[in-house]
Amino acid sequence: MTDELVRAEGLTRHFRVGKMLSRQTLHAVDDVDFTIGRGEIVALVGESGSGKSTIARLLALVYRPTSGEIFFEGRPLSRVRTRKQRLAYSSDVPMVFQDPYSSLNPAYRISHGIGRGIALHRRDVPRDGRRQEIERVLDAVGLTPAGEIRRKFPYELSGGQRQRVGFAQALAFRPKLIIADEPVSMLDVSIRIGLLNLMSELRAREGVSFLYITHDVASARYIADRVLVMYAGHLVEQGPTEDVLRDPKHPYTQLLLSAVPDPQADLGIADAADIGEPPKVVDPKEGCRFQPRCPFAEAECAAVTPLLRDLGADRRVACHVAEADPPEVAATG
Amino acid sequence: MTGDCMLDVRDLTVVYDSDRGPIVAVDHVDLDLSEREFLAIVGESGCGKSTLLYAISQLLSPPAEVIGGEVIFRGANMVSLDEGRLRSIRWRHLSVVMQSAMNALNPVLTVAAQMRDVCRAHSSMSDAEIEARSKEVLRLVSIDPVHLHSYPHQLSGGMRQRAMIAMALLFTPDLVIMDEPTSALDVVAQRSLMVQVKQLQEKLGFAVIFVTHDVSLVRHFSDRLMVMYAGQLVELGATRDVFEQPLHPYTRGLLEAFPSIHGPKVRLLGIPGAPPDLARPPAGCRFAPRCPSASERCLASVPRLLTVGGIRVRCVIHDQVPAEVAQ
Repeated sequence: MTDELVRAEGLTRHFRVGKMLSRQTLHAVDDVDFTIGRGEIVALVGESGSGKSTIARLLALVYRPTSGEIFFEGRPLSRVRTRKQRLAYSSDVPMVFQDPYSSLNPAYRISHGIGRGIALHRRDVPRDGRRQEIERVLDAVGLTPAGEIRRKFPYELSGGQRQRVGFAQALAFRPKLIIADEPVSMLDVSIRIGLLNLMSELRAREGVSFLYITHDVASARYIADRVLVMYAGHLVEQGPTEDVLRDPKHPYTQLLLSAVPDPQADLGIADAADIGEPPKVVDPKEGCRFQPRCPFAEAECAAVTPLLRDLGADRRVACHVAEADPPEVAATG
Repeated sequence: MTGDCMLDVRDLTVVYDSDRGPIVAVDHVDLDLSEREFLAIVGESGCGKSTLLYAISQLLSPPAEVIGGEVIFRGANMVSLDEGRLRSIRWRHLSVVMQSAMNALNPVLTVAAQMRDVCRAHSSMSDAEIEARSKEVLRLVSIDPVHLHSYPHQLSGGMRQRAMIAMALLFTPDLVIMDEPTSALDVVAQRSLMVQVKQLQEKLGFAVIFVTHDVSLVRHFSDRLMVMYAGQLVELGATRDVFEQPLHPYTRGLLEAFPSIHGPKVRLLGIPGAPPDLARPPAGCRFAPRCPSASERCLASVPRLLTVGGIRVRCVIHDQVPAEVAQ
């Protein structure tokens, strides 16, 4: 990717939890580096509680980082201070939320939410041109006839249609990057694919980049150019989607891939249920956070936090054991 | 599968009364279940899957009403049993794991208190017995018994789901009905829950009816697969056969609706459109408006339920005798 839109460096966000003597620090995101190119779809995958949504909120300026910095088109976000700057930034980087049933105001027609965005962020659209612009974005997300949809209330639309309204609202800002936080996980499987296709189309037609946050690796493969894998607040692996899925280097990525239901794979549930869960990272000690669940863990893993290492071919992994070549599986008896 | 029939649903019809007229959510469904069988029911939202489950367990409340058919569970017709008899069956012989079990636990009671409620309502166990049994079922689902006295918010999503399943197993029922128990979980937790349900089923020998909208999830776990569309049974057969050769275009659409992590990357289309409004179902085949292989025949009359090589399917493509000739 030649043209860089977003660069995060050492991005860290901690939360204080507990009171007085029991005060602790929850490390939601720790020292994360990544980039998003212009017109690129980047998938951020990981289990619940791995810090995915915290990264989304840091990007959307809901939270300020504890340390580290995000650069948007080369400018640091810490410089975005005034209301005017914030408005300009949030029209460049809107968000689409997970739950289409609660993210639209039920008391207003579809045109209301989109129109508000246009009134607030699009000074170039004259008052009497708003309706036309509303219909343009509804058309762009495949909600036709736009003239009719515009006048409907959210309860008249299906879940898939509501989520398309979410994308239409984001699109009305003429955004550069859309942060889509689990946009399809609440929808029926049969409808999901339509929205994934929509994201690809919007990228092709409108040149928008996407940060697609999901725990569904298969859908990440379907649309994303690159994938970032999070575990317990750390970025553990990143690289081109196809390469990472074909040959995952980090043991956690391997676990994640093995959990994906795959009807094409052979029958058999021989592998034991992995009932481990990502740790709550409260006042963490040094060491790899996946080590307690890792089948390949060595003494070093508990002592030293692995840093992201470059493996070449645009791939990076934070693991002591992972090799540039596939790890040798010793023939243990 | 042993072949003994434990549950026999015959011609079951459930109607919701609405301002716009009756909505037939379950339309003349026939279904049988053997001891120790794992049956998966799939379909989109609004296809009547949950209503069917609630009709089987007789948990429906107005405006829903069973207007026809029978649910024979272990020889008794659940539809005509009174509340007292139903209470003696529920939990002890048949238990239900509700959809979004995340919210089905009472947030102000500990897991122990909720299990105690169930045991007191359905048995005369002493407090010590209840405590011992509660710990035992938690261990079954790999939850450390120290969590017995935890409140639901202290458990993770996956643990809450497993606690719900543990409660369903308190009396080791013959049939456990699960309504999308994994839909709120992420892939790793989902996978481990499925494996665990399957292992428990093999160990304890109960039968499972498992409802989901994600067909890929049940591929490796269910013996038979039933596909519902717009309140009707459209396909029912051995899971392996249905996956290998789906006979109904809707089933094919469901199977092709999700991307894979293997093989070549192909553009998918999903199933365009949405399920019909059940207050005004389309004439003829209900799937016809969304079906890629629909013809005029499909609009003429409701397709019959056929048996093709051991699979029951409702589609005219497989109806060798055209309706005109059949007369």
